[in-house]
Amino acid sequence: MRLGNIDKTTWIYLGIALALFIVPFILTGRSAQFIMIQIFIFAIFAMSYDLLLGYTGIISFGHVMFFGIGAYSTAIFMDRLDASIGALVLAVAVAVILAAIVSFIVGMLTLRLKSHFYAMLTLGLAGLFLVVAEKWRPLTGGFDGFTFRVPDLLSTSESLYTLSLISLILIFFGLRRFTNSPFGKVLMTIRENEERTESLGYNVLHYKVIASVVSGVVASFAGVLYMLSLRFVDTSVFATDITIDVLLMTIIGGVGTLVGPILGAGLVELAHHWLSGLSDVHWIFERWIILYGTVYILVVIFFPLGIVGTIRKKMAKRTAVQARSIKK
Amino acid sequence: MDSLLKLQEVEAFIEKYHILHEVSISVPKGGVTVLLGRNGAGKTTTLRTIMGLNQVNKGSVTFKGEEIRNLPPHHIAGKGIGYVPEDQGIFGELTVGENIRVAMKKENQETTKRMEWVLELFPDLKKFWKKPGGQLSGGQKQMLSIARAYLNENELLLIDEPSKGLAPIVVEKVTETIEQMKEEATILLVEQNFAMANKVGDQFYIIDDGQTVHSGRMEELQEDKAVMKKYLGIS
Repeated sequence: MRLGNIDKTTWIYLGIALALFIVPFILTGRSAQFIMIQIFIFAIFAMSYDLLLGYTGIISFGHVMFFGIGAYSTAIFMDRLDASIGALVLAVAVAVILAAIVSFIVGMLTLRLKSHFYAMLTLGLAGLFLVVAEKWRPLTGGFDGFTFRVPDLLSTSESLYTLSLISLILIFFGLRRFTNSPFGKVLMTIRENEERTESLGYNVLHYKVIASVVSGVVASFAGVLYMLSLRFVDTSVFATDITIDVLLMTIIGGVGTLVGPILGAGLVELAHHWLSGLSDVHWIFERWIILYGTVYILVVIFFPLGIVGTIRKKMAKRTAVQARSIKK
Repeated sequence: MDSLLKLQEVEAFIEKYHILHEVSISVPKGGVTVLLGRNGAGKTTTLRTIMGLNQVNKGSVTFKGEEIRNLPPHHIAGKGIGYVPEDQGIFGELTVGENIRVAMKKENQETTKRMEWVLELFPDLKKFWKKPGGQLSGGQKQMLSIARAYLNENELLLIDEPSKGLAPIVVEKVTETIEQMKEEATILLVEQNFAMANKVGDQFYIIDDGQTVHSGRMEELQEDKAVMKKYLGIS
């Protein structure tokens, strides 16, 4: 790709990415860096969800299972093998392959039917993974979980920050390219009108299954990074709450935009942190989840297309008005 | 005359409703075959059934002598049948250019030539290339829909009510387009606008209550006032 061919939006994204590399030099506290790492990880997870919901129109209630697959693969390999980069690479490979197989099977079983079958089966399977993680104590440590070491190279928050940020940048640009490709455009036509896409000659099932596999693989990679940041695993990585969180991150940021879920992840993670920290100020903030819900409702009312979606719509409207006035 | 498409005693349901009772149609290669009939007679269902969007319960559908009954729609499209639905099926959030690119499954000399022809025929599509499909006018959407079906080397085009909801001047343009397209592909056209059907059609079938009740050359229909009145309500 020639530099001259890079569009203005890409330059802006690259500028923001570059600025984020400087943040650890400003935010030197571990806690602040940890929040940023969590934002990057959930941004990756939310983008994987956006590929399904925003680009293909598939709703999943159990997307967390892919996240959990990545998390447990990493934790188990780091615990059972030595905490080396080799073991980590092996864990990533297992996580990615396992997520690809599960998402392929789930997709083949349900995606020929209406979207809610996929939602229900993923919800059921995520529940099943949760039960297996609880009951298979010798491997998973059950409900209590277990701690583990990570490779020395990733033991500082600065190195983990850099790894998470690089992963976010690469996955963002990779998914952006994927969704802007002819394949991605077909996914968008499926979201708009599945029957019409089929009668144009596209095997809709084939496209939906590939989207499901790509999404599952990216989500499992987010699970890997999550484990590297926590160094502790328990069954909560299969909790439905996490799926609800990424669903909200995607909706608040703007479905079908990729950049929206990143923004959504940032807002939701910061809101989590800020609202839960206010409990020292007033007792009402101990029930911060109520405020959290109120914020969601307000965002959905005032930004029905999500923040990025609403901004894009307003900008498109403005451009159309300007074009009309020039014509006159 | 060899049939390009043949439906024999086709029966089809939409959920529990028995829509097609016995539809038999033979579309010869070349020219325009028109399906006529009152609203709700089963014309759109016939096109959808050919395209595999409705299941055939009984009877056969053959294209170039090969049975295509109940094949998935993408297989049927792959055999060379293009479909322009009644609602135009434009992808509203994709630009005009993207709508066209998505429809053009492969790019070769022939499809590039066809695209050039289409853009020459419909200059508005070129003008609004980057505009979202959903923001086009009804006539422009119809042009885009027809253009998409024509881009691929389809041997048969199924076009459902292209004049529906369009201003008379746009209908004229659509009529001219179909006349030009019939030189290149066989067309099975569903049309309520008898003037348009009469202008472009070579032969006709009348469907009434899910059955083919009458057929013949288009010029014969004009003479048969009784049939026109009974099935089309034109006196």
